[in-house]
Amino acid sequence: MENTSSREAILAKVRRNKPGATAMPDIDFLEKNVNGSLAKLSAMLDTIGGKLFQVNDWTEIVSTIRAQHPGDGTIYSPIPEVQHITGQINQDEFDGHNLANVEVGIVKAHFAVTENGAVWVTDDQLGNRALPFICQHLAAVIGEDDILPTLHEAYTRSAGHQYQYGAFIAGASKTADIEQSLVLGAHGPRSMMVFVLGKGEAL
Amino acid sequence: MEKHDKDHAELSEVFNKDEDRVNWHDETLWWVRAKRDKAVNQLPEWETLRDLASQIKHNVLGSLDIYLEQFEKNALANGVHVHWATDAEEHNKIVYQLLTEKSINRMVKSKSMLTEECGLNDYLAEHGIEVIDSDLGERIVQLAKEHPSHIVLPCIHKKKEEIGELFHEHLGTPAGVSDPQFLTETARQHLREVFLTRRAALTGVNFAIAETGEFVVCTNEGNADMGAHLADIHIASMGIEKLIPERKHLGVFLRLLTRSATGQPITTYSSHFKSPAEGKEMHIILVDNGRTTQLGREDFRNSLKCIRCGACMNTCPVYRRSGGHSYQNAIAGPIGSILAPNLDMEAHADLPFASTLCGSCSNVCPVKINIHEQLYKWRQVIVQSGKAPAGKKMTMKAMDITLSSPGAYRFAGKAGRLALKFIPFAVNNNLNPWYKHREMPEPPAQSFREWYRSNRNSK
Amino acid sequence: MTVGLFIPCYVDQFYPGAAIATLQLLEKLGVNVVYPQNQTCCGQPMANSGFEHLTSGCNRLFLENFADFDYIVAPSGSCVLHVREHLHDEKIAGQAAGVSKKVYELTSFLTDILNVESLPSRFPFKVGVHQSCHGQRGLHLSQMSELVAPAFSKPGKLLNMVKDIEIIQLDRVDECCGFGGTFCVAEEAVSAKMGKDRVADHLRHGAQFITGVDMSCLMHMEGILRRQKSETKVIHIAEILNAE
Repeated sequence: MENTSSREAILAKVRRNKPGATAMPDIDFLEKNVNGSLAKLSAMLDTIGGKLFQVNDWTEIVSTIRAQHPGDGTIYSPIPEVQHITGQINQDEFDGHNLANVEVGIVKAHFAVTENGAVWVTDDQLGNRALPFICQHLAAVIGEDDILPTLHEAYTRSAGHQYQYGAFIAGASKTADIEQSLVLGAHGPRSMMVFVLGKGEAL
Repeated sequence: MEKHDKDHAELSEVFNKDEDRVNWHDETLWWVRAKRDKAVNQLPEWETLRDLASQIKHNVLGSLDIYLEQFEKNALANGVHVHWATDAEEHNKIVYQLLTEKSINRMVKSKSMLTEECGLNDYLAEHGIEVIDSDLGERIVQLAKEHPSHIVLPCIHKKKEEIGELFHEHLGTPAGVSDPQFLTETARQHLREVFLTRRAALTGVNFAIAETGEFVVCTNEGNADMGAHLADIHIASMGIEKLIPERKHLGVFLRLLTRSATGQPITTYSSHFKSPAEGKEMHIILVDNGRTTQLGREDFRNSLKCIRCGACMNTCPVYRRSGGHSYQNAIAGPIGSILAPNLDMEAHADLPFASTLCGSCSNVCPVKINIHEQLYKWRQVIVQSGKAPAGKKMTMKAMDITLSSPGAYRFAGKAGRLALKFIPFAVNNNLNPWYKHREMPEPPAQSFREWYRSNRNSK
Repeated sequence: MTVGLFIPCYVDQFYPGAAIATLQLLEKLGVNVVYPQNQTCCGQPMANSGFEHLTSGCNRLFLENFADFDYIVAPSGSCVLHVREHLHDEKIAGQAAGVSKKVYELTSFLTDILNVESLPSRFPFKVGVHQSCHGQRGLHLSQMSELVAPAFSKPGKLLNMVKDIEIIQLDRVDECCGFGGTFCVAEEAVSAKMGKDRVADHLRHGAQFITGVDMSCLMHMEGILRRQKSETKVIHIAEILNAE
């Protein structure tokens, strides 16, 4: 480790100045052990530059994406099931720069969270960490059993995930920095699709 | 340390000369407070969450050294470099060294109030390193050569026409264009080029987890991630108080943070950085810069619970009507006013007095910092340390003498009423600050005591 | 029970009507009220300005005047909060603590101790209720808008007992008026602007009177109303509850 003397000085001062130790509160009671609501998730996504699609199979995912994004923009995905539509990109996975022209990126996600519309992704699902940020439009795919109500359940569900990088992604990138006027498509994707794969109940 | 020419009251007076603009600033920020109210009222467990967050933070402060060591150990095991900086200068030097070691002279930065506190951008500029702020609001104030006026909404003080002019001058947009959509798109294109070409990215840290050594960065724009994932080296600057013990605690803090800040249930991105990607480097700089001193102040150490949401600024009726720049500190508003005197009591002696102690701030604070009580206590400390102006001391001593003696009090009261009645011009003039915008009260014929003596039997 | 009447210094000197109404109202409700005539001030203006260390004279006087009453009642949230939180005396610490617990703001004394359920009052006007900060957030006289918690209001409950009164809505139900003690002159520009905005909210909604538990807030708003030559007046809540 670097700056040993600064490290020692800081830790020594903390020890000298810190207050008495206090108990850690229990927070486990906040988890409700219920499933999240598909209808609520869909409604939440609508408010954050996202949209939910219930689909039966990968063919439907592909055709929906093509319908939402017609034209010859590059589609890129590390998912085996959609490799047939993925554009030819220099497959140097370590360099996000090669993804700069991706129109639509498609990734698998572990689950979605109803209370905020976010999906949880980890680096092993992304191919390259830059993908869900550098593409112009993002699509994420979850299973119908992968809808959780709140972040409490989310952190329990993801507790065992081995990752080097993970992210909650809630809809499209956005900003309201100019006079509180909401604009979708700041530096990340301009829109987001969340596909719920499986039979499921009608919305 | 810096000595200010003007204090908060004087700068606020200037701010209030343009009443329309004050109304606009006030209403915009009140609207953010209203969005917060709407969001938090959707969670019946909101007050429970606040309570838990406060307790967790108390637990952290009570064992801060243990959590710091635990975090460092886990971060190192994850392949992350950990640096320690006792003050702003040391922090800045570390950043500079990391860049020059790799012959880098251009860096992209996402929002970090800590780096504002350390004056990093200016330091690096003096040493030949270009820094581009990638958060839209921060890029705007950077182009305007100003400091952010709010920790979450950096250019809340700027109108879209002004931003349009800035972009026309610096980014080539057509003159007179002020549409937020158009301007944001312009910034998107401009900053995309920056993300794609910078080899170094610096981010802040919203939360660092002792249990796992990972840290979380929250943005709506995606700029922290664009910078970090495309760069060769990711530097994360963090105040030592940003630790939380366990990963699951993020459930509590992330549910509180953005609802408090903007009324959203969560920011678009909550990125959990654990290990660098293959072939890249990740560095964390743990910064003290006065935090350990604050930790030792029994009355003020709770201010270290702060998660930098800005809710206190949005709710503060004084902040809304004076603007962040009138506080002359990286962090303005109520929380700034209890943090700043610890850094430099003389320079910031005005801040704890820039308040009516209404208490709204303490009650929106997601981690239940007793801000208004600390403002009161800082006033006592500042006066006791001799930093109150001499005139004020004399007035207060006179007040003490008058109010400690029933006879003196009655005499002064009667004199005041008689003066208002018979020589109002002595009071109703420009030397009397009350009189600038308000009429003086009408003097009654009798005080209550006099009425009581004539209307009730003396007991 | 015997109640000691504690009258804020500026109410005694400039707004005796509020004090008279408080006294008369309590007497109407069957309370034995005594006004200790040597009282002066609670010391808040000095304490809030950073000079708490100069308030021992005020504290001592307060204890001398009020130590022996069952309750101490004041028509002020701000002064009562100050006494509750800051009354102390090194020499008689126990007594100070005991006394400060017995101090009540008027409306909470009526609702919590006297359990008033009806009043013979009538006030046929449109009234805006200003929720003074110290009373509301400090003494919990009513629920504050910041919290996710059930609504309640002690002043509101009492005002609803008054015949023919019409309580108006406000855009911002509990924003500070900007008086803040010495703040009103030390930060005059912001203070005046806050007062102006508060008053405008009431006027927008047709208030003929603005009321509240603290004459200090009302004095500040009255100064602005009179500068604007408005017909709207301020009135302490005691005077409304006592009106017939």
